Amino acid sequence: MKKIKENTSIFNKMSDTNLLLTITIVIFFLMYIGAVLFQGGGFTKPQMFFNILNANAALIITACGMSIVMISGGIDISVGGVVALVSMCCAVYLDYHDGSILGSILIALGIGLAYGLVQGFLVAYLDIQPFIVSLAGMFFARGMTTIVNTAPFNVEDPEFNALKLTRINVPGLGSVNKKGIYVPAYVEIGVIVALLLVVLLFLVLRYTRLGRNLYAVGGNKQSALMLGINVKRTKFLSHLICSLLAGIGGYVYFLHVGSGAASHAMGMEMNAIASSIIGGTMLTGGVGNIIGTLFGVLSLSTIQNIVASAGLDQAWWTGITIAAMLCIFLLIQSIVMSQKKKALKI
Amino acid sequence: MNKQILKKITSNQLFIPLMALILLAVINLINDPGFFKVTVGTNNAGNPVLSGYLITILDYGSELAILAIGMTLVTAASGGQDISVGATIAIAGSAMLRVLCGGNSRPETIQAPIIVAFLVACIVGMLCGAFNGMLVAIFKIQPMIATLILFTAGRSIAAWINNNELPIVPDPKFAYFGGFIPGIPVPTTVFIVIACIIVIAIVLKLTNLGLYTQAVGINENSSRLNGINPTFIKFLTFVILGLCVAVAALIKVSRLSTINYSVIAKDIEMDAILAVALGGNALSGGKFNMWASILGAYVIQFLTTTLYKFNVQSDALAAYKAVVVILLVIFSAPTVRDYMAKLAKQLPMARKEAA
Repeated sequence: MKKIKENTSIFNKMSDTNLLLTITIVIFFLMYIGAVLFQGGGFTKPQMFFNILNANAALIITACGMSIVMISGGIDISVGGVVALVSMCCAVYLDYHDGSILGSILIALGIGLAYGLVQGFLVAYLDIQPFIVSLAGMFFARGMTTIVNTAPFNVEDPEFNALKLTRINVPGLGSVNKKGIYVPAYVEIGVIVALLLVVLLFLVLRYTRLGRNLYAVGGNKQSALMLGINVKRTKFLSHLICSLLAGIGGYVYFLHVGSGAASHAMGMEMNAIASSIIGGTMLTGGVGNIIGTLFGVLSLSTIQNIVASAGLDQAWWTGITIAAMLCIFLLIQSIVMSQKKKALKI
Repeated sequence: MNKQILKKITSNQLFIPLMALILLAVINLINDPGFFKVTVGTNNAGNPVLSGYLITILDYGSELAILAIGMTLVTAASGGQDISVGATIAIAGSAMLRVLCGGNSRPETIQAPIIVAFLVACIVGMLCGAFNGMLVAIFKIQPMIATLILFTAGRSIAAWINNNELPIVPDPKFAYFGGFIPGIPVPTTVFIVIACIIVIAIVLKLTNLGLYTQAVGINENSSRLNGINPTFIKFLTFVILGLCVAVAALIKVSRLSTINYSVIAKDIEMDAILAVALGGNALSGGKFNMWASILGAYVIQFLTTTLYKFNVQSDALAAYKAVVVILLVIFSAPTVRDYMAKLAKQLPMARKEAA
């Protein structure tokens, strides 16, 4: 007991969640301030920040779902495929079947729900590795997207386009453009949805029984079982929530791009996983935070914007930077965890 | 006695892939009685070549069979799969083209001997494997997550190596590897696969690789206590897979004498994992049967050819294969197996009661 106390450093005083979260937030602010100072240009305008939010609202939602699955010790790589499937189905429904906005939202939720039910059942009750299940899910969704419609197309439904172009001004922020006219900063509807979901999920994870169960199951399945937690149901629910969020994220993505295509959201699952990991969610489960995930998405997209505005705008740099960042954060996690283990053993 | 023989047959690992093969063959024969006809024709260069669906399957299943060798070892040792194989094929292939064409997109002649380019590709493939292996073995990251890094970055790196140009190899000799050598009617890829199988058979026979990988996969700690170095074994399996990837890249690039970064070997990781699963190997690691995996690879190619024959679009293939994967994993899940065994026991009892 005494020896453990002697070994206490700042590292060990903080819980895993807080330590990784702090690292993420600090890195994000350093990066953004660095971009403002050294690159200037677009980064000094508040709209730049809100554009990052606008472009990544769907990613925020899917990454939150991913974090929840990862906290419970699983993984879901089908989210990108689900997003593409949702946008294609909604686009076809709106344009070819003369559907309503409400109907398309129900389709999005339905696809998410169906995916969650099937994958959750396979993972939780049949004990199949989540990676295999969701890998098959990803390929199924991508294949289905091309079966629904092969060629990409833009939605021309007027009601939908009105909703797509709806902009909500951010009070008190804006910038003066070249003509000297004051342009207020704006966000799209998707951002509001995403931020509301972030707050909701944060509260669920923190204060509800389900949220605490997710952490317990991810931390140690055996002891969670001993404590009388229904492990299978918790796992099932985590996949259900993730796929449902992927459905919602799919609709938000659809609302942002306004088209259906089989190549939509390529590699989004990777970005979602990367954001979660950068945001301090541990792959091994039991550690994570929704606020961290939000900052993970912001860090990821900020670095993409920096890379793009630094003149390295060839397509491949994005993939390489994300992979490099993911690699670095994975190594940090691995090292932090092994250090902590060592400290506890002494 | 009869029951025992039946059990022996059904419990053999080769049983599932063989049954799948027979099933596919029957479906195809019903659909088209001439499915297995092999004819001798002449190709564009005027050489006699064998053609027919059977030859197509043997030819195009080669990359998969080679990948299945490495994937089986990785699966057995680390209990996870490498999902970056498609992307690393793009990297190795791109490196090969870079050496062959010397950074020139339309060279008059090849800038380096093919063997040098192939060796470079082998080194690049092994480096990628070593990178994955390092993350998995030393940093203890789950294999699928660790390989996710190269899965995303791989095609970007491949495009970067050749500056996003699509060089075309001018030497017709380079096309022999993925096509036909003049005078020999059998596809060259078949010989490459046979060579790979002979090499891996010798390695498994003469070294302890097979035993050690299985030991590490079954119980890492006890194998360590028995004097095996699990970190090294895991690392080694990933490097071997990297070598397999380089050979597959040679075939893939040779087929077209050029490369398309975003399309080359697309979705092949799924097929390779499927081949291992179809061979009856546990995806959670442990015991493996190499021959069942290789047979599984050809079954997958058979399935692909069959689907094409039924006019399924190439983009939609993934959906059908995903259904096959899900069905396979459901039937091999321990929970389902227990349930089925219970059901099988209950049936005769219920019959007795009814009588």
